[in-house]
Amino acid sequence: MKIKIGFGILVFFALMALAGPLLIGADPAATSDDGLQGPSAEHWLGTTQTGQDILTQIVYGARISMGIGVLSAVIANLLAILVGLVGGYFGGAVDEVLSVLTNIFLVLPALPLIIVLAGYLPQRGVGSVAVVIAVTGWAWGARVLRAQTLSIRRRDFVQAARASGEGPLRIIFFEIMPVLLPVIATSFLATVVAAILAEAGLSFLGLADLSTVSWGSMLYFAQNGQALLIGAWWWFIPPGLCIALIGTGLALVNFGIDEIANPRLRTIKVKAPRKART
Amino acid sequence: MRFLARRLGFYLLTAWAAITLNFLIPRLMPGDPVELLVARMKGNVEPEAIDAMRRAFGISDASLWQQYLDYLGNLARGELGRSITFFPTEVSTVIADSLPWTVGLVGVATLISYLIGTSLGVLMAWRRGTWLDGVLPAATFMHAVPYFWVALALVFVFGVTLQWFPVSRAYGLDVMPGMTGEFAASVLYHAALPAVTIVIASMADRILGMRNVMVTTLGEDYVVMAEAKGLTSRRVMWAYAARNAILPNITSFALSLGFVVGGSVLTEIVFSYPGIGSMLLKGVENEDFPLMQGIFLVISLAVLVANFLADLAYVVLDPRTRQESE
Repeated sequence: MKIKIGFGILVFFALMALAGPLLIGADPAATSDDGLQGPSAEHWLGTTQTGQDILTQIVYGARISMGIGVLSAVIANLLAILVGLVGGYFGGAVDEVLSVLTNIFLVLPALPLIIVLAGYLPQRGVGSVAVVIAVTGWAWGARVLRAQTLSIRRRDFVQAARASGEGPLRIIFFEIMPVLLPVIATSFLATVVAAILAEAGLSFLGLADLSTVSWGSMLYFAQNGQALLIGAWWWFIPPGLCIALIGTGLALVNFGIDEIANPRLRTIKVKAPRKART
Repeated sequence: MRFLARRLGFYLLTAWAAITLNFLIPRLMPGDPVELLVARMKGNVEPEAIDAMRRAFGISDASLWQQYLDYLGNLARGELGRSITFFPTEVSTVIADSLPWTVGLVGVATLISYLIGTSLGVLMAWRRGTWLDGVLPAATFMHAVPYFWVALALVFVFGVTLQWFPVSRAYGLDVMPGMTGEFAASVLYHAALPAVTIVIASMADRILGMRNVMVTTLGEDYVVMAEAKGLTSRRVMWAYAARNAILPNITSFALSLGFVVGGSVLTEIVFSYPGIGSMLLKGVENEDFPLMQGIFLVISLAVLVANFLADLAYVVLDPRTRQESE
């Protein structure tokens, strides 16, 4: 059930990002004379100070926000797979070094590091922002994957592959990695949420590319356009709501997977409710 | 105490990594920070000023190794260079002025969020199958809400619309900073909304984390045994189940601290709170690289110290870590 709702939310946003702009067709940056209008039949989510249609911005912003989220999650997970699987499989000194590196990146506060790195970027385009977010976001996945690799590297099928003369890289990427695909999938989803949040934070501070419309940059302009003082709630509520909903969808899918793995977590009605006892 | 010694060793290593990262970032990122600065000022800079900036960054013709040693030496004397935004104030002075605000705000808010979140998680696991399960979807939603958006919503509702709370600064313009009750009241009043933001945005993780560990613990034999002995519910819930479930929870709490600190940076900025997060943004906006770097270093070290405190709590709560020493 959880997985279904979660997938439903994700599919909705994915369709919005892919097909939405084609359906709407308008330019998200186009200004008009209808500034700061509340939601109406003409502008479903109202307009900004310069008369830009907020629904159009949300739909186009989905592309940038989710695009950067997915792109940096892909980069981060490639790093995580490399570090986690190699460390877990080889063990010994290689593992020691990679583990320490992973733990260091796990403890260092990500957002301040992202802000500092972004401060040094000569151009803050979509690609460079995604890379900066990925560099700070791979450690959690690497840690989980290392633990899983450690637990399966002594299994029979790995031993058999080794005995039949397969090289270590082939074993890691063709024997072990396919088994870990569910773990990689969960870690990927969690990284997407973190990356979308990081991008939103960075754009909100005005440190990402402000010439493209993303949910974060919408919030930046809402804050700087005094949307709060004017009372233009329709300007800042939708972008944040979209971010939170995507996060909820991804979390629901992940929790659903957890519950399949650990049935105790399910929210079934227990036979004797504990409050009945004294 | 081998556990603590090992953790301390790791934190020292991480502190060294943060310090070295801080040294390498300006040298590895594309472009020379000084050139970047000159370009943004459109060349209206005296050659002497460029030289002074280079010296402030420690960028010289000396070998990278020599620059690194100089940097470590300066750091050991507590010298972080001079801020460009607040020239000629030392970066260390800017940080010393803003750090107490952040430590106070984030420290108290995190503590409150931990206590409420963990207790709610325990209760929700214990009363599984009752109306308390209704909190789960809400917590799942809150878990992904951006801190700054919670902040904006609170400003809108309680600051602008209802006008119950102030929405910026750390204390009122009408009070003099000092050890007076009036000043303290003003500080608390101004800290209310930022603190509530951090509590709301960080609490969901604690609820969900504690509930999941607790639910797994409730299935253990010793909990069933405790119930069979006829102990009161409260005693079984807190002294048997929660007492054990809290251990993994402390570990995940320590790891989430970096995330909380990141969120509170954004929260401070929304509320123009004069803490270290607002200073970080000022530094980045003004290309004030020494200030940026100093703040990153201080934030990293603060998170490390907080992690070490969490480890201390772990040692107090888990007797197994203490037995190793014998």
